[in-house]
Amino acid sequence: MLSLEQIARIADLARLEVTPREAAALQQQLNGILAIVDQMGSVDTSGVEPMSHPQQAMQRMRDDRVTEADERDSFQSIAPAVEDGLYLVPKVIE
Amino acid sequence: MHRATLRELSAKLASREVSSVEMTRHFLDRIAGEGAALNAFITIDEAKSLAQAKAADARIARGQAGPLTGIPVAHKDLFCAKDWLTTAGSKILGNFVSPYDSHVIAQFDRAGAVLLGKANMDEFAMGSSNENSHFGPVKNPWDLAAVPGGSSGGSAAAVAARLAPAATGTDTGGSIRQPASFTGVCGLRPTYGRVSRHGIVAFASSLDQAGALGKTAEDLAILLGTMAGYDERDSTCIDRPVDDYAAMLSGGVKGLRVGVPREYFTKDLAQDVAAPIRAAIDELAKLGAKVVEVSLPNQHLSVAAYYVIAPAEASSNLSRYDGVRYGYRAPEYADLNDMYRKTRAQGFGPEVKRRVLIGTYVLSHGYYDAYYVQAQKIRRLIANDFIAAFRDCDLIVGPAAPSVAFDLGSKATDPVQMYLDDLYTIPINLAGLPGLSIPCGFGNKGRPVGLQVVGNYFDEARMLRAAHAFQQATDWHTRVPKGFE
Repeated sequence: MLSLEQIARIADLARLEVTPREAAALQQQLNGILAIVDQMGSVDTSGVEPMSHPQQAMQRMRDDRVTEADERDSFQSIAPAVEDGLYLVPKVIE
Repeated sequence: MHRATLRELSAKLASREVSSVEMTRHFLDRIAGEGAALNAFITIDEAKSLAQAKAADARIARGQAGPLTGIPVAHKDLFCAKDWLTTAGSKILGNFVSPYDSHVIAQFDRAGAVLLGKANMDEFAMGSSNENSHFGPVKNPWDLAAVPGGSSGGSAAAVAARLAPAATGTDTGGSIRQPASFTGVCGLRPTYGRVSRHGIVAFASSLDQAGALGKTAEDLAILLGTMAGYDERDSTCIDRPVDDYAAMLSGGVKGLRVGVPREYFTKDLAQDVAAPIRAAIDELAKLGAKVVEVSLPNQHLSVAAYYVIAPAEASSNLSRYDGVRYGYRAPEYADLNDMYRKTRAQGFGPEVKRRVLIGTYVLSHGYYDAYYVQAQKIRRLIANDFIAAFRDCDLIVGPAAPSVAFDLGSKATDPVQMYLDDLYTIPINLAGLPGLSIPCGFGNKGRPVGLQVVGNYFDEARMLRAAHAFQQATDWHTRVPKGFE
């Protein structure tokens, strides 16, 4: 069972602001989801290889060369805040 | 015209009975007219669609038309389309005009199809009712009090109400097959890796796959033939020849071994769904298929494993929405971290937040092995069940959903109950297999029932052949909801 403190910590890790009122509702909902998930605990999976991917294909390698065109202007035209080709964020270092 | 199949529409264009501009105009008028109550679309751009139609008419006049040239197709708003708003049903992408095309959109462009509009959907494809869209719920054309299913609910409702000849969708846990079942249309989720995911807004990358919704198995064959194929920009896309699905439809089901898992007909399956499913299996037997019993003993664990794996991958994929490079940014914040936290809190809806938090939790230090690794092991057991079953049969058939479409609002407050309803579709995603749903009757309140057909890896042609044979012998797929004839 997740405590309210755990929910606050997870929300912090997920960079998601959660108000105390939301946290109380989330606690109930997330614990409901984990109750389904906890069915897995009783299954003996010793010796089973984890399946991370449906196909057994290896990750492909490609040549180390530039294949993308420069689309900076197009991509930055939809950014919330840019200046001189740079993305603007609040000041991080005083 | 709106009841015609893709092949019939193509013939009308080829014979100049109608132009692509006229055809596109007809469907745009239906969307704005009888379709308006359904809220099936997020973005319509008549000028863009009609310009594409005009170009298609020129291509037809040059004698260079393919099977989809000039035919309007709706696209789930998860597919990036250059210069089109692409929202994923979310406020956080509510202002995102895509600077590039997804591979699937580019394939339809090459085929000369017309982009009819961007279809409504559950936010980031998370949901089974289309009630999680930032742009409001979609209504089921068979009964406006019912949900259309989700997450490809707008695509399914649009095809069912004949507002679009066909539509694309994506299927991570059933998001094509379940809405197809709820709205009485055909929906195909191909094998994982058959269609490129490049340019599809990501939810859970090891489960997501693009597919199509249409009126007939033949329509699905034409659509899959257009979408499928190798694309090096998706590292999980498989380099393997694409079958000529449309040419492989005939041949029937004589001698085909059709497996029915003994775990399918339990108390979880509503009686009004079980009856049409059994009748459909009897029909396949009558057509010459050999019905055999198979077993999927670990299928009951699939919802548990899915609700670890899908949220884990989602929490990772959705970390990109930070208000820096594109999309929504909170108007007020104290510092950088506060900007992230407020942007995401304001930009994501409740279901997306739940899944991001669960995913963050199951991947966090100390819980990874108990949750994530255990889920991956159970995923292997579930896939192994299918591999074993396919030694005894060629296709697996059963329901796509345990009930007919439920009422709007009836499950919105209980996310867990809605998760459990995906028990027939999720195992196929975990295994990476292809599955489709075709209409096979009606249950309570006259709401449609879909028959799910699951194939072995890359066996879409055989699945479509069986579905086509069923549709040659029955007429469920020709039924149109009242008010949309």
